[in-house]
Amino acid sequence: MEMIRITNLTKKFGSFTALNGVDLTVNGGEVLGFIGPNGSGKTTTIRVLLGILKKTEGDVAVFGKDAWADAVEIHKRIAYVPGDVNLWPNLTGGEVIDLFLSLRGTIDTDKRDQLIEKFHLDPTKKCRTYSKGNRQKVGLIAALASDADLFILDEPTSGLDPLMERLFQEHVNELRAEGKCIFLSSHILSEVEKLCDRVAIIREGEIIESGSLADLRHLTRTHLLVKTKTPLTDLTFFDGVHEVHESENGLSFQVDSEKIDEIIRHISRFGIEKIESAPPKLEDLFMRHYEGKKEVPSGGETDD
Amino acid sequence: MTNQSFSNTGALATFIFRLDRLRMLWWLVGLTFFTLIVPAALANLYSSDQERQAVAETMTNPAMTAMVGPGDLDNYTVAAMTAHQMLLMTAVIAGLMGILLIMRHTRGDEEDGKLELIQALPTGRMAYLHAAVLVQLLLAVVLALVIGFGLAALNIDSVTVAGSLLYGALLGASAFFFAGVAAVFAQLSANTRSATGMSIAVLLGAYLFRAVTDVVNDDLSWLSPFGWVTKAEVYTSNQWHLLLIMIGAALLLFVAAYYLNAIRDLQRGFLPERTGKRTASRLLLHPLGLALRLQRTGLIAWAAGMAVLGVSYGSVLEDMETFFASNEMIQQMLAPEEDLTLAEQFLPTLFVVIAIVAVIPPVMAMNKLRSEERHERLEHLLGRAVSRHQLFGAYLTFALFNGALMMFLATLGLWAAGDASMDEGLSFTTIISSGMVFFPAAFVMIGLAAFLIGFAPKLLTGVWLYILYTFFVLYLGNLLDLHDWYGYITPFGHIPEAPAETITALPLITLSVIAAVLCALGFAGFRRRDID
Repeated sequence: MEMIRITNLTKKFGSFTALNGVDLTVNGGEVLGFIGPNGSGKTTTIRVLLGILKKTEGDVAVFGKDAWADAVEIHKRIAYVPGDVNLWPNLTGGEVIDLFLSLRGTIDTDKRDQLIEKFHLDPTKKCRTYSKGNRQKVGLIAALASDADLFILDEPTSGLDPLMERLFQEHVNELRAEGKCIFLSSHILSEVEKLCDRVAIIREGEIIESGSLADLRHLTRTHLLVKTKTPLTDLTFFDGVHEVHESENGLSFQVDSEKIDEIIRHISRFGIEKIESAPPKLEDLFMRHYEGKKEVPSGGETDD
Repeated sequence: MTNQSFSNTGALATFIFRLDRLRMLWWLVGLTFFTLIVPAALANLYSSDQERQAVAETMTNPAMTAMVGPGDLDNYTVAAMTAHQMLLMTAVIAGLMGILLIMRHTRGDEEDGKLELIQALPTGRMAYLHAAVLVQLLLAVVLALVIGFGLAALNIDSVTVAGSLLYGALLGASAFFFAGVAAVFAQLSANTRSATGMSIAVLLGAYLFRAVTDVVNDDLSWLSPFGWVTKAEVYTSNQWHLLLIMIGAALLLFVAAYYLNAIRDLQRGFLPERTGKRTASRLLLHPLGLALRLQRTGLIAWAAGMAVLGVSYGSVLEDMETFFASNEMIQQMLAPEEDLTLAEQFLPTLFVVIAIVAVIPPVMAMNKLRSEERHERLEHLLGRAVSRHQLFGAYLTFALFNGALMMFLATLGLWAAGDASMDEGLSFTTIISSGMVFFPAAFVMIGLAAFLIGFAPKLLTGVWLYILYTFFVLYLGNLLDLHDWYGYITPFGHIPEAPAETITALPLITLSVIAAVLCALGFAGFRRRDID
């Protein structure tokens, strides 16, 4: 089932184009990783999805309804955690969680208390005294304790400690198993790799890559570390070989995934003593899109 | 080992000065402008002694004494007139400036975590506080000199150089003294909002205390710093030692603030931070409940303040009655109406002041919607099943309730104190209706705020300028002989002056319709625009 369908979405702030023809779909039971550098339009996309910003052009449908006109209907089935959780300094964490839950529907007190316990949050403290991580916990508990169908999480773990991060990841996997849909915007690529079925990369307001991780890996490079009996030569003449470094352990380099067969054939002629390979990482894919690109000032004022 | 507590104060003071230079400039220009135009205008309007003495007659009553303090009414020169009408009010505003400016860089920056960044740099532990105080001192001195020499430069006979310098110095000292009050509260409370609130409460308390004691027992006014301002008898006997008392008191306050700062931990205060409730009450679980809850403390404080204001004015009514009874000229001036006491005929003047003060909290309540937006807290609500309709409606409803409540409490206070002190008593319905008749004007101000939030949120400050304008025109309009036209372009100028005038429905209905249209437009705009 299609949970989110964004078609040709454009959003302008005055003369600045924050989003330019974004297309994106997310289905039920799917975890989408939404990645991109600061100011690339992640938060703007999320705010348009939530009907907080009005699109300039295009169509944005959530649960098949219009994100702007039917915002309230849609939000009854959405749980959202903003990237920067700004809370009311004079309310306690417990009060805010209850408020957030009640604005969606009824409060499941058991689930709420369990989560408060698990995330080690003191709900009697005023939000003024919470650290960034604790404010984020308030947002996460309120989201996870709800029975929403779609979870929109904007960099939800940026202030959490590794224990809490792992707890969060467990909960995301549980939600996926229940068939919920999760829209996860993140900088932490290892987390996206661990959690997400599909990835969309946004840069300067345009989606430049999207697909399942397996699909995208075709676009990435495999790391190889090779030691041969006779010195390995000619490697740099091949297309698709990058970043060749020599060390006492052998020769380390990266190979475009589609060239790997050709390269292995070549090096086997030199008598392989040792070969280690590391799988392609999302980080490499990400870096490939950004490295060498002209430095653009990240101008999105509403992003991050 | 050398004492490094004040290391790098100079660099920090320069930094704070840079941050605040425009803000300070506006305060300076505003205070100077309002101070200088008054004597210039008065000299023009009341050029003869007789004319001025006639004004003095209208001032010789307890209500005016409560409002502006005592003055040299026997020798009412242009200078004496200026000092009487303007000095106290300007001192209150200068005090407010001191509180707001120093709070930003004491508890404000500390609560935001900026002080932590600064203390991690090679700066002394006391350096930032000291720097903030030095900047305030500089501002106070500049204010004193600009106003002092500015007044002297007007070249009006009675406006002497010595008096002018004392006038300016008292304003500078008031700003510095209340900056000291705020610096102490910034140490006591770990929370910027309550520290600001308590400082302003002391400011208003000092004003109101003096209002009552100036009428009831003049000697007790010595206990209020504003008593020192009026007792300095600027332009008459120029009591410079009162300026020294004020500066001395300010220095004591700063010593206390430095001491408290030295013995406490960063981001802590001395007033206990209570832990709160584990779960939310039922009331909170609704946008309207949330709007109410977020503003609860402010609502209670303002409500108490308005009631005290009403009681203060009400308690001088009996003195006024006695005074009027012995003054034939006034009896003639106020056209006698059969069923009204003379004090009652003077009430509209008091009600205008009360009504303008009472419009501040509801406009703040409406503007809270914008401030929530700027703090990025609206997205929590709009990202859940709350419509913009509900959200806007909640804040508007609360603002209207707030406006009605504030005016009612002040009027009730005035009636209760007046009724208790006056021999003949006061009619409850007459007084309450005379006060509540101002509600449509408040409604227009709330409507204007709602309109701007919907259509031009960046221009929201415009409401405050409009309120300031209204206050200026209604407070000084008669004195400066402004054309009626100035009053007509503010909603408060259209309110019937009850109980002296009969209450007519037409202006009230017209104002309400205008206000309702503004609200509807604001609502439509809010529904259409991006949330920041």
